[in-house]
Parts: sequence; structure tokens; C-alpha cells
Amino acid sequence: MNTELSETSDMILEIRNVSHTYYDDSGNHVEALRDINLSVIRGEFLSIIGSSGCGKTTLLRLIAGLDRPETGSLALNGQPITGPDPRRGYVFQQGGLFQWLTVEKNIAAGLKARGIYRQNKDLVPRFIELVGLKGFEKSYPHQISGGMAQRVAIARALINNPEVLLLDEPMGALDSFTRADIQDKLLEIHRQNKTTMILVTHDVDEAIYLSDRIVVMTPRPGRISEIISVNLPYPRNRGSSEFLNIRRSILEKLHLASTVPQPEYII
Amino acid sequence: MNNLAETLPQAPLVTEAAGNEHLRKKSKIITSVRWWLNFSLTLSGFAAAVAVNILVKQIANVEIKTYNVAGFSLTFNTLYRLVVGAVILLYAGIGIYSFLDHDRRAKFVSRAPFRFAMGLALAIWDILGTKLLILPQPFFPGPAKILEPFLIEADFILQNTLYSLRLFFAGFSLGVILGIGTGILIGWFPKVYYWFYPVLKMTGVIPAVAWMPFALTLFPTPFMAAVFLIVICGWFSIASLTAQGIQSTPKSLFEVARTLGAKTPYLVFHVAIPQAMPQIFTGIANANGFAFTTLVMAEMMGQPGGLGYYINLSKVWSAYYKVFASILVMALLFSLIMKIIGIIRARVLRWQKGWVKE
Repeated sequence: MNTELSETSDMILEIRNVSHTYYDDSGNHVEALRDINLSVIRGEFLSIIGSSGCGKTTLLRLIAGLDRPETGSLALNGQPITGPDPRRGYVFQQGGLFQWLTVEKNIAAGLKARGIYRQNKDLVPRFIELVGLKGFEKSYPHQISGGMAQRVAIARALINNPEVLLLDEPMGALDSFTRADIQDKLLEIHRQNKTTMILVTHDVDEAIYLSDRIVVMTPRPGRISEIISVNLPYPRNRGSSEFLNIRRSILEKLHLASTVPQPEYII
Repeated sequence: MNNLAETLPQAPLVTEAAGNEHLRKKSKIITSVRWWLNFSLTLSGFAAAVAVNILVKQIANVEIKTYNVAGFSLTFNTLYRLVVGAVILLYAGIGIYSFLDHDRRAKFVSRAPFRFAMGLALAIWDILGTKLLILPQPFFPGPAKILEPFLIEADFILQNTLYSLRLFFAGFSLGVILGIGTGILIGWFPKVYYWFYPVLKMTGVIPAVAWMPFALTLFPTPFMAAVFLIVICGWFSIASLTAQGIQSTPKSLFEVARTLGAKTPYLVFHVAIPQAMPQIFTGIANANGFAFTTLVMAEMMGQPGGLGYYINLSKVWSAYYKVFASILVMALLFSLIMKIIGIIRARVLRWQKGWVKE
């Protein structure tokens, strides 16, 4: 264990005592997050995992600045987070591409929105190349596959050169081959750009395959149950015994964390 | 697990290829022989129309006046033959051009029966209306006869057509600009919506021509009064559909844009408006139809010119062939305007091509 002091020096994101509640569509009071404390190390790949309703997406939205927490504070590089910012790139679950823009223009959208497109035009082909979409520049989103659409969404967030890339189950809706393809792409980008990545997922294998650390969350109220470090070299072998050991321990934790009451035995 | 089983057979490469395949328009292969048959079919209808006009004798002994146009002596029959001849040449040109491309060939062939029927209809109409005078006269003149006004008073028709066009463009373009402008304001700002949407809803259902008496007293010239009527009939449908389009923008798209660094102007002009574009064009298409109606009615109710005015004027003299001539010009003009709007729409909404059912 590192000391508290040395840890804070290379922290990029600090989440302190964050609690958040909201009212769902039927007017029920939902305690989405309770007392979350989390520090994200600069350059790491962090995954947040948990069953649905554990508040992992809420937490990501708070980091993005799309929602404000009820209590507690979030800070990027010591600056409090008050709203969305291109320094915190966000890849949405369904991609959220602008249907009326070509692949190329979707990727350039961030530069245009910030009024710096003209000076940075040459970035666009570089990021198209980075996510392997050369030849599809002029295609519209409905003309490309789901996996390609997610790659566009990733490139679109990355072109703003974010300090943190927030990924909200970007591979949730994809088939397993496409998913593996994008996972490798993410690792490649992570290695090249040293961007800090925070991935929300419900796929245990995905979390272990990608992450330096895995945050396991439990639902109702959403709380961090454990943070697991994965000290395996990349590229990771999904079938190795270390991999499977970590997998087993996370599954056990998620199982223990479930709301179904565990049978008690008295000996 | 179920999900996995479903998606397993689809490797990414396969889905991409399938996606591209889907884009390409699949049309049947048309052989040269079939093309030739349909080419002949297309032209034979119109050729029959010309033949009927030349060969069938007029039973009644009606004097056919000869006009001198730019050094040529023309009767309405010769003008009719020239016009149908021009149509034949046009379709022959289109047909030969289509021969080079499979998709165009298929399109040309698919339209051949209708074009044949058009020519045949002309021939039958000619026989019933002009040759045998079976249709009640002078209410239903034949197709050749309705071209006569263009020989008598082409400049007067042109003058009235230009008047209608001026009126239409002044009114319609103002209506589109005002409609989109107020629609965006109503759609974006809840306060504007609160105060102005009820007004739009109440005044919008009133047919524009109901304002006619009011407009004629309010505006100094009848032209401006008619422009006002066309503006309000376009404004309502465009404004309400634009507002609906803006309001139907998914929240997530604004969130995406904000995480990319977008501020309010970008959200309005680069997210909400492009997203609302299909609805805006639906509004424009509706407004276009209303505008034609209002235009002609306004012209028939007190304009110093225009195609509606020409109809009124001709009706007084029982010159029904002139009424038909005016209707013919309207049909051509309005379809041309619709076509232009359609082209603009297809260009602006090209991102929808192959995505929505058209």
C-alpha cells in the first residue's frame, strides 16, 4: 500500500463523499449512490462493474458533469467539476452519433463545437486512421455497423484530447467478435495516448481484460464494495489461470453483493 | 446467452459487407430486347396521338384560324403536333440515355406503360373533344384546342404567369423564413412556447383566404394583401412542425454535444435544427400545397393579374379552352416548383437516404 501522500500526487480525479438520489419515472425515490470515495490514478484504465441499478452510470454521468451530485465533491486535477467539459470525453452506450453528419464530420464535431476546427483540420484523418475507419469517411451513421459506429464515437471523444475518457458500456450492444475487436482497439489507444480511461461495464471478462483496477459496486444503495488491482501483463490471456482466479473472486463478490438473502447455517 | 447465439454467426466483416450490399440499389437486369420493346411502347402512344390529329377528319365544319407566329403560319392543330412531337423527342432522348445504365434502364422500362397510356389518352381526348365533338362544347375542348390561347395571347398568359410566380415567391419565401424562425423560437424557449404556441394553434386552423377582406383593407395594394395571405398560410404549418421537430430532439444528443464542448448556439444550430430538418421539410411541403390554393383563390377574388385572374376573365367570355390553358400552365408550374423543393429536400436530407422508408 502506498502512503496517502504519494498517492494524491498522481491522482487525476478525486471523488469525495458523493451521494446522489433521484426520482425515477414512476416517482420513486431512488438512492443511486451513497458515500462514494474514489481516486483515479493518472493514466490508468479503471473499470466500474456491478449489476444494473448499482449506480455505475450515475457515477460516470457525475464525473462527466452531466448531473450534479446531491452531496460531496468531484474534482479533476484539483478543479471542481461543474459541468460537461471536452477534457472529460464521454462515449455513450448507444454511440449517440449525429445521424445527419458523415463519419468524418461526426469525428470533427468536437473541434467545430469548440471553434478550433480550422487550425486542427489535419487531426480528423489521423483519428479516422486511429480507429481504423479509413474508406468510410463519407458514410452516414446508418450505413455502418454497430461496431464501427462505436469506433466513431470513441474517435469523436478522443479528438478533443481529453484527460479522461469515460466509456459508458460502449460495447454492451455489440456481438462478441466486434466487442473483442473494440477492446483491443481501446487498449492500443490507451497504450499510445496514455489517456486515463474509466469504463462502466457489466461484463466481468471485459473488465479484467482491460483494466489496471476494477471497482466493484453493489446496488440499492449504490456503493463501492471493493477495488481490485489486476496485475497481469498485456495482452491478457482470457483463459489463463490468473485471469480465471480474478474472475472467480469478482463473481463471488458480485454474488455476495446480490440482494437475494444468503442462507445462514448454524453449526 | 440467447443474445450470443443470435449474434455469433455474424462476424464483423460479414455485417459490414452486408451493410454495403444493402446500400446498392437492386434493380432487375433489362435486356436490350426488352428495352427496345418498352422504348417503342413509350413513343407509340404519343405517335398515335399525332397520327389521330393528322388523320382523323373533324366532322363539324368549324373554321380553324391560322396565326402568324415569328414568320410561321400555325393553327392550334399544328402547334399541338409540334408539342407532342417535342414530347416524343424528349422521351426518345431519355430512353437512349437510359440505355447506358442498368438502373436508369429499369426506371425507363417501369414508366413505359404509363407514358404509353398518356399518349393514348391524348389521342382519345382529341377524338372526343375536337374531332367528333362528342364531349359537350364549349366546356370540354380537345387537347389541341386548349393550346390555341398560346397562339392568341402568349404574351398576356406569360404576363399573368409571371405575376403568379412573383406573388408565390414573395409570399412563400417570407412564409418559410418566418415559419422556421418562429418555429425555432417556440421549440427552443419554453417561455415563447407558452405565450405564442396557443396563438399559432388558434389562428393556424383558419383558412388563409378568410382573412381576405381584412387583408384587402389593411394593405395598400392587392399584391401585398395576397402576399400576406400566402405568408400566413405557410407560416402556420412550417412554424408548428419546426417547433415539434426541435422539441423531439433526444436529450442524449444534447448531452453528447455538451461533452464535446458545445455551447448553446451549437446545440441549436448544429443539433436541434438538423435533427428537426425532416419535420421542417414536411411543413414546407404542406405549406406549399396551401400556398398554391391560397394563391389561386386570392387571384380569383381581386388581383389585377395572375393565372387565377386569367381564369376568371376567360370564364366571363365562356372561353373554356382558355381556362384549360391556364390550368395547364398551373399544373406545369406547380409541379416544377414541387420538383425543385423535392430536389432541395433530397439534397438537405441526403443523410436519410436508405435509412427511412420513402
